[in-house]
Amino acid sequence: MYDAPKLERNVDDRTIKFSARNVHVFYGETEAIKGVDVDILDNTVTAFIGPSGCGKSTFLRCLNRMNDTIDICRVTGDIRLDGHDIYDRSVDPVQLRAKVGMVFQKPNPFPKSIYDNVAYGPRIHGLARTRADLDAIVEQSLRRAALWDEAKDRLDQPGTGLSGGQQQRLCIARAVATSPEVLLMDEPCSALDPIATAQVEELIDELRQDYSVVIVTHSMQQAARVSQKTAFFHLGHLVEFGDTGQIFTNPHDERTESYITGRIG
Amino acid sequence: MTDLSANSAPLGAAQRNHLRRRNRHQLMLQGFGIAAISFAALMLFILVSSLVGTGYKAFTQTHIQVEVFVDPEEVSVEKLPRGGFRDVLQASLQAQLPEVSERADLRRLEGLFSNGAQFRLRDMIVADPSLIGQTVTLRVPMSDPFDQLAKGLVKRDTPEAQRRVTDQEIAWFDRLDQAGMITQPLNWGLLTNADSRFPELAGLKGALVGSFWALLVCFLISFPLGIGAAIYLEEFAPKNRWSDLIEVNINNLAAVPSVVFGLLALAVFIGWFGLPRSAPLVGGMTLALMTMPTIIIATRAALKAVPPSIREAALGVGASKHQVVFGHVLPLAMPGILTGTIIGLAQALGETAPLLLIGMNAFITSAPGSPLDSATALPTQIFIWADSPERGFVSRTSAAILVLLTFLITMNAIAIYLRSKFERKW
Amino acid sequence: MTTAAFLCLFALAIIGYVWNRQAATAIRRDGARLHSLVGFHGAFSLLMVLVPVLVVILLWLVLQGHVIDSILKSGIAARLEGLGTGEVQLIIAEIKSIAGGTIFGTPEDWKLAAADRYLALNVRSGQLMLVVVTALALGLMLFSRRKVAADFRARHGVEHIISGLMIFCSVVAIFVTIGIVASLMFETGKFFAKVPVTEFLFGTNWEPQIPLREDQVAAEGAFGWLPVMLGTLVITVIALVVAVPVGLMSAIYLNEFAPRRFRAVAKPFLEILAGVPTVVYGFFAILVVAPAMRGFGQSIGLDVSPNIALAAGSVMGIMLIPFISSFADDALSAVPQSLRDGALGLGATRAEMMTSVLFPAAIPGIVGGILLAVSRAIGETMIVVMAAGLIAKMTINPLDSVTTVTVQIVTLLIGDTSFDNPKTLAAFALGMMLFLVTLIINVFALRIVRKYREAYD
Repeated sequence: MYDAPKLERNVDDRTIKFSARNVHVFYGETEAIKGVDVDILDNTVTAFIGPSGCGKSTFLRCLNRMNDTIDICRVTGDIRLDGHDIYDRSVDPVQLRAKVGMVFQKPNPFPKSIYDNVAYGPRIHGLARTRADLDAIVEQSLRRAALWDEAKDRLDQPGTGLSGGQQQRLCIARAVATSPEVLLMDEPCSALDPIATAQVEELIDELRQDYSVVIVTHSMQQAARVSQKTAFFHLGHLVEFGDTGQIFTNPHDERTESYITGRIG
Repeated sequence: MTDLSANSAPLGAAQRNHLRRRNRHQLMLQGFGIAAISFAALMLFILVSSLVGTGYKAFTQTHIQVEVFVDPEEVSVEKLPRGGFRDVLQASLQAQLPEVSERADLRRLEGLFSNGAQFRLRDMIVADPSLIGQTVTLRVPMSDPFDQLAKGLVKRDTPEAQRRVTDQEIAWFDRLDQAGMITQPLNWGLLTNADSRFPELAGLKGALVGSFWALLVCFLISFPLGIGAAIYLEEFAPKNRWSDLIEVNINNLAAVPSVVFGLLALAVFIGWFGLPRSAPLVGGMTLALMTMPTIIIATRAALKAVPPSIREAALGVGASKHQVVFGHVLPLAMPGILTGTIIGLAQALGETAPLLLIGMNAFITSAPGSPLDSATALPTQIFIWADSPERGFVSRTSAAILVLLTFLITMNAIAIYLRSKFERKW
Repeated sequence: MTTAAFLCLFALAIIGYVWNRQAATAIRRDGARLHSLVGFHGAFSLLMVLVPVLVVILLWLVLQGHVIDSILKSGIAARLEGLGTGEVQLIIAEIKSIAGGTIFGTPEDWKLAAADRYLALNVRSGQLMLVVVTALALGLMLFSRRKVAADFRARHGVEHIISGLMIFCSVVAIFVTIGIVASLMFETGKFFAKVPVTEFLFGTNWEPQIPLREDQVAAEGAFGWLPVMLGTLVITVIALVVAVPVGLMSAIYLNEFAPRRFRAVAKPFLEILAGVPTVVYGFFAILVVAPAMRGFGQSIGLDVSPNIALAAGSVMGIMLIPFISSFADDALSAVPQSLRDGALGLGATRAEMMTSVLFPAAIPGIVGGILLAVSRAIGETMIVVMAAGLIAKMTINPLDSVTTVTVQIVTLLIGDTSFDNPKTLAAFALGMMLFLVTLIINVFALRIVRKYREAYD
């Protein structure tokens, strides 16, 4: 799968991965997301942009039910992954998260070896029958995260010993190892230096071949560089959603325009 | 100050006085502080030095070495284990001091030996009856008054009526000493003997074993219960009135006087459940109830210190909440938990009052074989000895305290080592 | 029999684990995708067998003694008719000791028969337990085995059981409190059935050594707790007079003035004082402090009691120094840096900053700490048991000998106790008062400390 040929398909051919309708999120009394409708396509990078506190991270965390871990958080509305309601009672959030992987703002490798970091997901989901299977998964994931060459000689060393950019790629490898269908990235480059950022961005573009990627970012340049679709959030509303080129060059909503041109944010 | 005043308007005499007074106040406050700390340090010094000063003498024990002719007329195979062992011992001393012949004197002469000497001889001969008719060399503890005399605790210049040994006895003692029969070896009996009414024979074995059983039970109960409760409250419990209630309850439980736990144990464990009195099992259960809040509080602190990013990372790859907690958070919090547990157990080891109430101050002359046998514990043994009138018990009490403090210092040192070795800064 | 039951249980639990695991592995080998890892299928069976059966065994062990006793009593009901509870207990104890093989004299035939019956009952109970345990464990094992399927959520099952166990652990703390309150109330209730409440609360005489047998010569018995409480107060006040100034001063010095290196040495040093067991302080009081005070008192012509309250109180004060100093240190550290800067920026000396800004700001936290120290002093037992007196007197003279609540509890309960005479029950009444007083102080103090922390967070 690593060297699968590039899929150059028309945007219209791509299937809808996630479809959200009328999603509201409440933290106790406060409403953080106020009725969001959005479709997220397969093999596409979708960027969520918007000023701080606009709800883009909150919405991202609805997509793999990470919000379940917050006691006072309540989600209403309808979110479907491949047509199945992910908030249905019969859905096990744990299995959902194996399908919808997540990479966080700060690199957060486990204080274990590089190997164990990547192997953790496959182990708990029973994806490997034998040690050789597991080795293969680990190698494949590290290759896909463009970390194999740097890490192959030090798999037994702690993941916390890597540099920031390497740690973040390790976290991506860890997320990829459970063979997810969607990758959620919550400002994955905000803690990285420019060089590491460039490497991770390049990686994101490659990951698009196999996954649907959703990325929350503060940096509009980054959104413009890596994404095909962009959603602009403001005060809990999804203000505008469309092709990245269109959003950045010809926004329909004036709030989007003010944000892009730097008047709000 | 002079630099400042040179640039600005010169300070008036009144201002300067004022400033001096203010600085004097500061010095006074500091002086009070140093005095307070010195006072605390002085007290600690007096405490330790008085314990060491009285206790070190109990780490040796005066022994007397005699050649005993096991007279077949007194001791015979048929009558074992009975026999005239006292007379045999008495005869061995009389051989050294031939002028003593009066009955009363002979009895006093026998008083040089510890009361346990005849049993030591008896056990030797029961084990090997072929010794009858032969001469054996026996080294046995001397009785308490002579032990005190040898250690200089009984002053020779006090008037005869006010000391526990007569002039004549001192003369006997000196002659035996000159004959090289009296030695002061290390007192291993302090650790290998169980309790006794006679100070020279009393040791801590029973108390050490009793404390060991009690602490083991305490650990086996409080460690899993405490960790289970802490994990639930910190990681799983919804924040509502119930978890608040449990939280307040645990904090209060940590401050309930220990003697109240003793009352609870007496009424519930012994009164209602019918468990045996004086047993380390009950002692350990009682101590466990007191240690549990300490462990819960320490465990929660350790769990809190694990950063949320680790939890998110594991949740993000699809680990369940339980897998996150037991696979990642708990192992990372373990050093902190163990530190708290050891400190809690050290407190439990020094706890006395609840053990008194459940009767773990029994006078037991053999070490308990199981947690259900009657026993004492180290701190209750200290209490018993501190209450005993014999002079020899004063130094033994100090020595027992030194043994207890050694254990406590060791445990705390392990805790500090664990903390510094595995402490992780996030 | 108990050991056999435990062994049987563990063996079945392990067999269940292996069986379920193999079954799950077989399903996976056939190509189905399991919801849970095979290990969870095994663990599900293990826990399903282990937890309920363990509960059954423990309950059985706790209850069997009572059940056997009552069967035994009903068997010899005719013999026990008209006897007091104490005598019945004696007879039962005698029967048990006969059953245990220790026979004094020649017991009556019916006692020998009862002893045989007692032994038989014990054996029967053990056999029955083994049967019940085995049957239950087998049943649960089969139940878990039948659950194994590709979509069976074994992990959820295991996690639910573990959550249940953890909830049980946290509820134990509540049960301990309930146990304390219930046992104290129960015994105190029995006490007040024998001694009027008003006498206890307002009486000024405490002479609990009442005759245990008819022919014993002893005092009539009086149960007014006021002198005991007064003694407790005297000792607490002495302890605070020592501990509060010393503790506060050292905290102020360590927090503001001490060089960093000195602080790093002095703080653990103070903590050593806190780690010394109280029985050691008690011995220190009788070995060093009390004789010294007595000698000093006699040298200036004062009449000093051997169990001088001052000795017990001041040693308790030494014990409380680290307690107060660490609370005060925490409270001072919690005051925000901005307040310090504000005062120093106006040209205050550090001492003025401390006395006029820092200390007043920290007062709530410090008061909370002192209150906790008060509750400690009231509940402290060993120092006073060893160094204070036994006789209750209405006096506040610190050179006299006084007694405390905890001393009375311990002396009343040391030795053999039976739960039906006022002397024993009085200890529980005192314990009840002790628990209530310390609880009120603790709740109050913890609330102050908590509020104070929130104010600066």
